Amino acid sequence: MSTAKSSGTVPSNQRHHAHHFDSAEHEYQSSKQGVWLFLCTEILMFGGLFVAYAIFHHMFPETFKIGSKFTDVRYGATNTVVLLFSSLTMALGIYYCQVREQKKAVISMAITLLCGFIFMGIKYLEYSHKIHLGLLPGDWYAGNPEMIASEIGNIQLPANIGLYFSFYFMMTGIHGIHVLIGMGLITWAMIRTMKGEFGPEYYTPVEGVGLFWHLVDLVWIYLFPLLYLVS
Amino acid sequence: MANTHGSHGSAEHHIIPLGTYLKVFGTLIVLTVVTVLAAKVNFGPFNAVVAFGIASVKATLVLGYFMHLKYDNMMNRVIIASAVLFLILLWFLSILDIVTRVAVESPL
Repeated sequence: MSTAKSSGTVPSNQRHHAHHFDSAEHEYQSSKQGVWLFLCTEILMFGGLFVAYAIFHHMFPETFKIGSKFTDVRYGATNTVVLLFSSLTMALGIYYCQVREQKKAVISMAITLLCGFIFMGIKYLEYSHKIHLGLLPGDWYAGNPEMIASEIGNIQLPANIGLYFSFYFMMTGIHGIHVLIGMGLITWAMIRTMKGEFGPEYYTPVEGVGLFWHLVDLVWIYLFPLLYLVS
Repeated sequence: MANTHGSHGSAEHHIIPLGTYLKVFGTLIVLTVVTVLAAKVNFGPFNAVVAFGIASVKATLVLGYFMHLKYDNMMNRVIIASAVLFLILLWFLSILDIVTRVAVESPL
């Protein structure tokens, strides 16, 4: 799509676009609509997990109450701020493409990528601590009683405590995979911006990648209170 | 695609000013602090309502400004609203089922 680097003075309906679209603007709107439809499937997939969490929380409130004692709100809040900031820099990446400041757009996307690494780094600290304590999902649960007692005190754990960690690892895990995929997409959009392929006339891929990245942020906005705050 | 918003030919996309992005980000950070502080207060059965209420305000800001929905066409808003609607439907009917279950003892 390097031909899209046309001058901004060319009207939308004469700019380069695939033959089955009326104009470049039509192509842009259709592509974006496709991304929104994809985001719907994402919302419904994560939504299913949230509903499952609500059902099992209702059936075994004690399991979820005790399980959530193992999440550290400092890690969760830090990751929330990191992701919100990365959403800002991603939005600025698109903004700088729109105002023809591609160098700043690349810097914005690089910061977004860095935030992705910080998020996954904190995730690594959380995961490795839980695995060290034996707080594994479902049947794999192998909690070390002494280490758990020093963490949350002498509390009798419910027999099905592994259920909580099934939800914890499944929800944060699928979210984490989305962060990694998003980081890959941002790298791709950043490299193409460096090559000068994007500007005010054509930045559809940056917009699409941005929408995906913001969805990852949206899911975390709900995961944070669910796993770290409401117990 | 039915075009009801006259986007054909109108090449100029609405550009949200830099200051707006920064204000939205500032609000999101303030709301994150509020939700962490609110979690320390016991609202009884409303703990979850407060936490997810604040989360929904944050989500609306991200959708409206970072994801440009405030200035986007109606179709994309309807698309996202349909996902939310069906999610609420799934949640509502599931909860209705779970909380109204009665353990039935067979008389035989």
